[in-house]
Amino acid sequence: MTATAGARKTRAAVSDRTKAENSLGRKLVAPAVIIMLIVTAFPMIRALWLSVYDYTLTAPDDKKFVGLGNYATALSDSLFWRDTGVTVLIMVVTVGVELVVGFVFAMVMHRLVFARGVVRTSILIPYGIITVISGFAWQFAFSQTNGFVSGWLHMSPTFNWFGHTWSALLAIMVSEIWKTTPFMSLLLLAGLAQVSEDMVEAAKVDGATWWQRLYKVILPNMRAAIMVAVLFRALDAYRIFDNIFVMTNGAQNTESVSFLTYRQVIEQFSLGMGSALSVLLFLSVMLVAYILVKAFRVDLAQARQEV
Amino acid sequence: MTRARRGRAVAAVGAAVLAGTTLAACGSSDGRATLNVYINPDAQATMAKLADQCSTDKYKLEIQLLPSSASDQRTQLARRLAARDSSTDLMSIDPVFVAEFASAGWLATLPEEYASKAVDDDVLKGPAESAQWDGKVVAFPQWANTQVTWYRKSLAEKAGLTYDDATQTLMKDGSPATWDDIIKAAADNGGTVGVQANKYEGYVVWINALVMGAGGDIVSDTEAGTDAKVDIDSDAGKAAAQVVQTLADSKAAQPDLSVSNEGTSLGQMYPSGGAGEFMVNWTFVYKNYEGLIGQPGGPANKAAFQDLGWARYPATVSGEESKPPIGGIDIGVGAYSKHKDYAMAAAQCLTNTDAEVAMATEAGLMPARTSAYNSPELKKAFPASLLELFQNSVDTGGLRPQSAYYSKISSAIQSRWHPPSSVSESSTPGNSASFLKDVLEGKALL
Repeated sequence: MTATAGARKTRAAVSDRTKAENSLGRKLVAPAVIIMLIVTAFPMIRALWLSVYDYTLTAPDDKKFVGLGNYATALSDSLFWRDTGVTVLIMVVTVGVELVVGFVFAMVMHRLVFARGVVRTSILIPYGIITVISGFAWQFAFSQTNGFVSGWLHMSPTFNWFGHTWSALLAIMVSEIWKTTPFMSLLLLAGLAQVSEDMVEAAKVDGATWWQRLYKVILPNMRAAIMVAVLFRALDAYRIFDNIFVMTNGAQNTESVSFLTYRQVIEQFSLGMGSALSVLLFLSVMLVAYILVKAFRVDLAQARQEV
Repeated sequence: MTRARRGRAVAAVGAAVLAGTTLAACGSSDGRATLNVYINPDAQATMAKLADQCSTDKYKLEIQLLPSSASDQRTQLARRLAARDSSTDLMSIDPVFVAEFASAGWLATLPEEYASKAVDDDVLKGPAESAQWDGKVVAFPQWANTQVTWYRKSLAEKAGLTYDDATQTLMKDGSPATWDDIIKAAADNGGTVGVQANKYEGYVVWINALVMGAGGDIVSDTEAGTDAKVDIDSDAGKAAAQVVQTLADSKAAQPDLSVSNEGTSLGQMYPSGGAGEFMVNWTFVYKNYEGLIGQPGGPANKAAFQDLGWARYPATVSGEESKPPIGGIDIGVGAYSKHKDYAMAAAQCLTNTDAEVAMATEAGLMPARTSAYNSPELKKAFPASLLELFQNSVDTGGLRPQSAYYSKISSAIQSRWHPPSSVSESSTPGNSASFLKDVLEGKALL
């Protein structure tokens, strides 16, 4: 997107200066591009290559080419679809809740008159905490033996949150929401700041109520920011791993697609199947991105205010 | 100094520091080679002492700790070895992972001079087999673990089970007691039966012992890799499923059966009320209760501790001798080590009779060598009948399948046999066999 925007500009007025600037720009980014290719493109190509083999690390002699066999196995296996279902559920619920809560936080941060720094900082603290740590913290909070959540909710103190699929998923989602809502509100705050105060003022003068101003003026004008926030969080949420690893280790059917992939590669040493699953995970993430971009009908370049 | 020059100076210092640390990793300051020994945290103090004793003026052994869980130990070693780490010289490996590691080419094969000693006649059969793969000796057995039936003598007496001194077995009406006899004995007399049936390796230990005790196995011809023969759908598999099913349906089952592990049933031996239990568990149990005399969860006094009995692992079916589970640790030499000759000598030293006696008396880890069982130190630490039972169990026990795909086999069994309450004699062996075949052929995900 950036490239097309840049190209359009160059075509509009190709002065010597622009040409020189572009060439310098290319030279400056070249090292970064090369390093990126080494660290990202190589593993990706290698994963593609491995995914067409039946290859287990502990039996290198049995390595054989199976074509799309691993993909066929994965896509026809109920375990893959169950884990995909769990992942999509976690993504939809957490992003949905984060969008609402994050927007409220963004409004608070935006409208705050006093103690701005303190409030902004305290809202952002959870995002600064490592996911594994937040997973442990919430695991203790929900723990049967020393957790406080059951007590606060006046539930039976012997209720094992991690002993049932739904309650375990709830605990995982709470930790994910707590940890990443600040990120969402930060992106939304940037969007709120873009909405021109004049428009809001004008709507006010025209007699629009608070809700009307929100729905007719503020939200439509920050569509691009919402889109970026939802997109980033959705892609992140789809790859959820840490919280599950820490809190349930995949027990009680709380496994996500990333976790399934991890188990194939790290526990079973099945590099072939694991790579096929990684490729499928990559494709699913692309699909989610595509759907979101289409759904919001936003040009990403516009979101970055480049047009 | 210009900025560029200062940068260069910093780089030079950095390089010097790096070079210094790399050198330190290869050889110690006194010119000896350093060999890293990756051990699990079971017997750190003893291992540290042995490492000192086994160091010579040519090389020095340095202990490196692995994580505490067996699967994490395996993962960490595998990641190092898959990356051809030359600093992994020696390592402790669980016997079930020996085949995986050896098949991947991560373990150095023992040269004849070492191989003949590592698995000589002095080494008990179970551990000796565990150290071999594809006709080659690839590890040194260091210590051996096994399971026996731990029980309250008073409970067995009340239930009419007698202890036969000659065979060290519990007898029911003149023949060795089966799992069914023991479950019934516990259920009818207010006792329970302790096993390991959480969804983890310990459950496979139990299932494998049950299947082998009925004269069968889970898989055979394991050296064929993915073409191994899956045998669990057999009479032996059905007999094993029947035992699990019987226990799960019995009132002798402990309430936490589906999440039980080696620790959960310990407290049921001396409960505040009730008759106690029959429990299959590893060798650490004796020292555990001995250390708990007069403390919560342990025997109230010496007399109560005397009530603790031990006997051979229960038979799965009448007329077939049981096959007690075998565990323990083998010492392997990394295939990419820079000092394989030193490492071999060190491994031999870490697994000789003296080392095994030290492991047993100091850390309670039972020897893999007959000569160690005969040592006076060990005889002082454990009752003679218990030592004899351990030794016999290790010698005549049944190993879990030795396969390059062991972790898949184990996970596949766990996934179809857990929870124990879902096990049925008619469907579980068949289901698990077809699932295991699919998994090995790459047609199903685990």
